[in-house]
Amino acid sequence: MEIFKKNPSLPVFIAALAIFTLAVTFMSEAYGTGALSTSFVKTLGKTLCLALVAIAMDLVWGYTGILSLGHFAFFGLGGYMIGMWLMYARTEIIVIESMANAPIPPTPSEISDAIGTQIFGVVGSSDFPLIWTFAHSFWAQIALVVLVPGILALVFGWLAFRSRVTGVYLSILTQAMTLALSLYLFQNDSGLRGNNGLSGLQNLPGADAISQDNISIWFFWASAFALLLTYLIAAFIVSGKFGSVIRGIRDDEARVRFLGYSVEGFKLFVFTLTAVIAAIGGALYYPQAGIINPAEIAPIASIYLAVWVAIGGRGRIYGAVIGAGFVSLVSTYFTGGQAPDINLGFYTIKWVDWWLVLLGLSFVLVTLFAPKGIGGLFDLITHRMSPTRHGLPLGPDKGSLREEEAEK
Amino acid sequence: MSNTGTLLEVSGISVSFDGFKAINNLSFEIGPAEMRAIIGPNGAGKTTFMDIVTGKTKPDEGKVLWGELSRNLIGMNEAKIARAGIGRKFQRPTVFEDQTVFENLLMAVKNDRNPLKVLFFRPKFKDLAKVEELAAEIGLSDQLERKSGELSHGQKQWLEIGMLLAQDPKLLLVDEPAAGMTLGEREHTTDILKEAAKTRAVVVVEHDMEFVRRLDCKVTVLHEGSVLAEGSLDHVTQNQDVIDVYLGR
Repeated sequence: MEIFKKNPSLPVFIAALAIFTLAVTFMSEAYGTGALSTSFVKTLGKTLCLALVAIAMDLVWGYTGILSLGHFAFFGLGGYMIGMWLMYARTEIIVIESMANAPIPPTPSEISDAIGTQIFGVVGSSDFPLIWTFAHSFWAQIALVVLVPGILALVFGWLAFRSRVTGVYLSILTQAMTLALSLYLFQNDSGLRGNNGLSGLQNLPGADAISQDNISIWFFWASAFALLLTYLIAAFIVSGKFGSVIRGIRDDEARVRFLGYSVEGFKLFVFTLTAVIAAIGGALYYPQAGIINPAEIAPIASIYLAVWVAIGGRGRIYGAVIGAGFVSLVSTYFTGGQAPDINLGFYTIKWVDWWLVLLGLSFVLVTLFAPKGIGGLFDLITHRMSPTRHGLPLGPDKGSLREEEAEK
Repeated sequence: MSNTGTLLEVSGISVSFDGFKAINNLSFEIGPAEMRAIIGPNGAGKTTFMDIVTGKTKPDEGKVLWGELSRNLIGMNEAKIARAGIGRKFQRPTVFEDQTVFENLLMAVKNDRNPLKVLFFRPKFKDLAKVEELAAEIGLSDQLERKSGELSHGQKQWLEIGMLLAQDPKLLLVDEPAAGMTLGEREHTTDILKEAAKTRAVVVVEHDMEFVRRLDCKVTVLHEGSVLAEGSLDHVTQNQDVIDVYLGR
């Protein structure tokens, strides 16, 4: 098949993901030896979701050249949309149970008020805001997972690309959007519980009898499957002529325009599609994390996303997966207190404090010495080298050779 | 001269950048299968003229009428104008260096440019045949699988001309196609352009008089944003105004 020919990494990735999924399953507490704790299975499941959103980032940045600092906001919005249903449905069950013993059966409006008080009491309110209209319906909220970030990306992208905002200015614009969104969500009257965010998302409604051991591995499978699908979609997109056009837009936008392609249309398509992919990743991530609050959406998260993709290797899908997986797992190791402190005698390096410095340093080193990222190491194995044609053209006399080649 | 009417009619366009009149009441016409060379000193407005025709720059006044229906091109964006049948080659060779010659050509081959159609596009036999045919024409048949960044300067220029032809435009605007080429490469370039001009209009902007002579076509001399002289190369080189501003230096 052509998609395999154009993406030699695809079978390797599928095999690696399958082996990884099986290994985790057989080491989990629910279905295996229990070598991996449930919380670590959740961390791995979350990491797969981060790899998924990194692929989206790679499509939009590594392939199309739009350095978006807003894709983690779409990720968070997806989490909020699914979180609303999780919170509502679970609170509803609890409220109905506690009211069942009352001498007079409660009316629907009493139930609704009680749910409202439970959810919004923390921000001093008990009324459902308008945006919770569909929170009772699972399918409606699933649709909103796709629709809300999708429409936001569509409108934002249309305005930005139509005005031909590019490069750093577009990055600033997307960052402003992300900041505005997180500041808005921080407000108590935003309708999404302000800085408390939505919590208790790991408790699936009506699944109290099922252990988190099992739920964690189910979510892990779902995340692995979603990652596989995303990888296949991304491979399909970049392997054909569409891939040629978006890489062309990255390298020379004006040329693509003079070839007759509507650059704005292509950018908008990629921007919106990747926003939707990011949102689906978020909808799988936050039930595993258990809590979402506006701090997750803050611009720094989207910058991290760019750092993962840069460290993993832009413009190759497996690079994004490696970057997100590697950096977020190492980050968990260092910030989780597992890394041993280094005692220098006069000063003790606590990794919790110094991890960010290490990350920043490795980012600088990767940029300087391995501009293709970790994924670029595979080029050394496969000998996929880009030509080194430095030196100025020699001009008409020596023809096609360039300075350095001619001297050899 | 062909009597089948005009393909492109530019009338009375002017444009100024910060008070500097780059184009001053310029008028220009070209027929459907005609070769034309535009010459002129630096700053005569040659590139600005191309920018206006291809939609990159909006003129302050004037009209650019296109095709049999005399559609006004002003106000249309670059992509739309390109789809209407105007192809443009830049001065500096601009090909997509990270992609193979094949991918470069396939991207340019005339097909539906809608993002969704492009996403599900799979090359058909006629597309592949077209790419082969063009590659043969520009002498890159055995380079199809190479990344275009590896090509020599002259080969990149040809590849870009090939990409232009792949779009199947009715009008080709070519900016200094022979810059930095060897003598042999120049001759090949002339052949490609002459062949193209049999079926479509070709406008070549060029500094090099020898190259223009080899093209053997009508010449338009630009100076300070308007047409100074027009006619055969011998005719314009004998024109006293032209000698004063351009050749006499």
